[in-house]
Amino acid sequence: MRGFLLNRLSQSLVLLLIVSVIGFVVLNLIPGGPLAQFGLDPSMTQDDLNRLKEQLGLNRPLWMQYLDWAWRLVQGDWGHSFRDGAPVLDVIGRHLVATLLLMGSSTVIAIAIGTWIGIRGATHRYSVFDYLATVGAMVALSIPTFWFGLVGIYVFSLRLGWLPAGNMYTIGDGSALNYLHHLIMPSIVLALVHVAIWSRYMRTATLDVISQEFVKTARAKGLSERRILMKHVVGNALLPMITLAGMQLPSVLTGALVTETVFTWPGMGRLFLDSLGYSDYPVVMGLLMFSAILVVLCNLIADIVVAIIDPRIRLS
Amino acid sequence: MTKDSTPKSGYSRRDALRLMAAGGIACFAAPNLLGKPAFADTANPTGRVVVGLSQEPTVFHPLMAHIEVDDAVHFSLFDALFRMDPKGVLQPNLAAEVPTQQNGGISEDGLKWRVRLRDDVRWHDGEPFTAEDVKFTLELITNPNFRAWRTGGHSLVRDITVVSPTELTWRMEEAFAPYLSFLTETFMVPKHILEKEADPNAAAFNQAPVGTGAFKWAQRVAGDHLELVANPQYFGDGPYVERLVFKYIPDMTVLYTQFKSGDIDLTDQAYITADHYEEAKTLPGRVVTLVSGASVESIYLNLEKPQFKDPAVRKALYAAMDRKAIIDAIYYGVGTLTETFMPRTSYYYNPNLPAQEFNLDRARQILDEAGWVPGPDGIRAKDGVRLSFANSTTSGNNLREQVQQFLQQTFAEIGVEMTISNLPAAVMFGEFWLKSQFDSAIAGVTHLIAADPDATNRLATSAIAAKGGKGSNVGQYSNPEVDALLKKGAQTFDPEARREIYSRIQEIVREDLPFLPLFASTYVVGRKEGLEGWEPNSNTRTASWHAAGWRWQS
Repeated sequence: MRGFLLNRLSQSLVLLLIVSVIGFVVLNLIPGGPLAQFGLDPSMTQDDLNRLKEQLGLNRPLWMQYLDWAWRLVQGDWGHSFRDGAPVLDVIGRHLVATLLLMGSSTVIAIAIGTWIGIRGATHRYSVFDYLATVGAMVALSIPTFWFGLVGIYVFSLRLGWLPAGNMYTIGDGSALNYLHHLIMPSIVLALVHVAIWSRYMRTATLDVISQEFVKTARAKGLSERRILMKHVVGNALLPMITLAGMQLPSVLTGALVTETVFTWPGMGRLFLDSLGYSDYPVVMGLLMFSAILVVLCNLIADIVVAIIDPRIRLS
Repeated sequence: MTKDSTPKSGYSRRDALRLMAAGGIACFAAPNLLGKPAFADTANPTGRVVVGLSQEPTVFHPLMAHIEVDDAVHFSLFDALFRMDPKGVLQPNLAAEVPTQQNGGISEDGLKWRVRLRDDVRWHDGEPFTAEDVKFTLELITNPNFRAWRTGGHSLVRDITVVSPTELTWRMEEAFAPYLSFLTETFMVPKHILEKEADPNAAAFNQAPVGTGAFKWAQRVAGDHLELVANPQYFGDGPYVERLVFKYIPDMTVLYTQFKSGDIDLTDQAYITADHYEEAKTLPGRVVTLVSGASVESIYLNLEKPQFKDPAVRKALYAAMDRKAIIDAIYYGVGTLTETFMPRTSYYYNPNLPAQEFNLDRARQILDEAGWVPGPDGIRAKDGVRLSFANSTTSGNNLREQVQQFLQQTFAEIGVEMTISNLPAAVMFGEFWLKSQFDSAIAGVTHLIAADPDATNRLATSAIAAKGGKGSNVGQYSNPEVDALLKKGAQTFDPEARREIYSRIQEIVREDLPFLPLFASTYVVGRKEGLEGWEPNSNTRTASWHAAGWRWQS
């Protein structure tokens, strides 16, 4: 176990190093840069722009900028945003809560409904339900999220007036009920795609388990279908789902760009888009490293959990 | 109810002078009475106004490098020495009077300045505002370690002397008339708070600013909104609303939807898009207004490209632009024809410039006469140069992209090839724009700084950054007569004399056509019915320039 962990950790560090170098170089190769936002301002002279460039340390060679950034990162200093001067970790932290709320609720909805649809589809293969679930999943996966979002806003906000058109809460009303009211539409819209993904994976995994010998044995022993499903099938079918959850967990923390924009949700996805638009290098690099670390960590955790649950897998 | 309050340009020179003089005299005579509200008016500011912005304000130190959208917050939290009113006339703000050569505030040679301040202003923390704060502010801007927004004009200031808590003087390195206007966008910051900071770029003040304005800082929810509360001790008129909220809505369609659904009370930058104008006008309970902006949407030509060096080409292209059709068919009638870079609302606008006429035959004739002959592929050429160029604009701006396609077709009819090559805004306005790497580009460009007619940064030869210059003359325009006039204009304080100078500059630029104006920008501003006191002011960069005067109809 220890050897496995050390091995995985060292691999992860190399991976993070590669990600950081590629990210840094690519970001700095994009023409424009953080001062492009002043391009149309007649009051800023070339001298002013050069002075700002120097003050931000952008006139140094790229390798020097990278080493400086990486050295600070190792020491826990993720730098300061070019836009508002706040520490990068603070900037990420401010948006993390909003993202956790939205992505957390949509993930819970997606897992609960998606798992149920998947199992029912597998156990009632080629039934009307199964066909409907398949078609529904295809539709949800094919239509862009922003379309669902805009239709939802049109129907439920502008026409019926049941749900708010966007925002995380009504300014001036910070009650939990108000947050919940605002959470309904974006989390359902966002969950649609994930329900489709989960149901398809779960259906396949369940079918896989149903055809296994031990299920036939259980059936031969005369156990009820319900008991076989609950005790033998679901538990085993959920195992590959842990890996899937491990892969999806980083996205729960890094946000959903489109949904957050349509519903004016101040989360991580929108932060990424905004920071990229302003070439706010420290924040973009911070977000990149944050999600890279999450991917590495979540995969590691998923592997460990699967190994613990499934004795067939040995960590060594 | 729809109200078109587009300001008219018929504001006479005499009116302006009269207003300037009246303002000065009134303030000199009774500095504490000007703008002093009746107590009952602001004793109980009530209600909340939510302003929708499509970009997020993030820079709250008003002297640090920032973009237009931050102005909405600065104008509410801070005050400058002077204010530019909707008619483009300077009014005193923290100063008791606008210094002029007539009232002795500015010496005859324009080098010695004296500014008198109000004596009844307090910072939000209760400390009195004094001349020391003004000195500190002006010195901070030129501090080499400070990430200042702009140093133009300020870098000429020398020997700032505090004569008394309400009076200070300084010397200018050279006469620079636009400095008065520059000071309308130079918000004063508190010395007693900022002088203690070792690094002014990382001061706590930057995240929780203290000003003298009508509103005080309350809280910021990053990525979402920021909230200001009424300052009951404000020295000026207002505030009448208790809370002022700036809500950030990044998507323009969503911004409009939230205006429609009532989540926001006023649309500030980037306003309502032209394609929603017709529908917005019909919304019940909303007032939608067309407001003239300071920028002019134009095709910028890189005059160092051989195709554009020939004035005949520029004239022919201009004649081949069906600008009326572009405004009506693509911009839904939102936009005004113009022949100059000067905003129509400016005191210095020249209304007597020759009007462009869309005429393809004339365009062909100009090119024929200049020797541009159609080649085998139908594209004209002269001396080995094909009349072909790329046009760039910000990708994702569907209206501008439609303009490009429209122009591409009409230019083809006169034997000119225009290819389209668009870039994201963050890329386009970097070196590609600043260092003149484009062939031609469509952009909405403002020539003026705080409504002063001086356009040196855009038109002077010394402002060509691609040739090592200091400004943003991205089209690389160079005309010695314009250079001389710009220099003279910047050193002239008399508005009447300046009007003559800038009228002539506009004439020359109209003749030279370094850029081809499409239309003067017009914004569609929407607000909820019942929100009173809102007034457009194209001399500032924000619709929220005077939130102090807003109130809900009771």
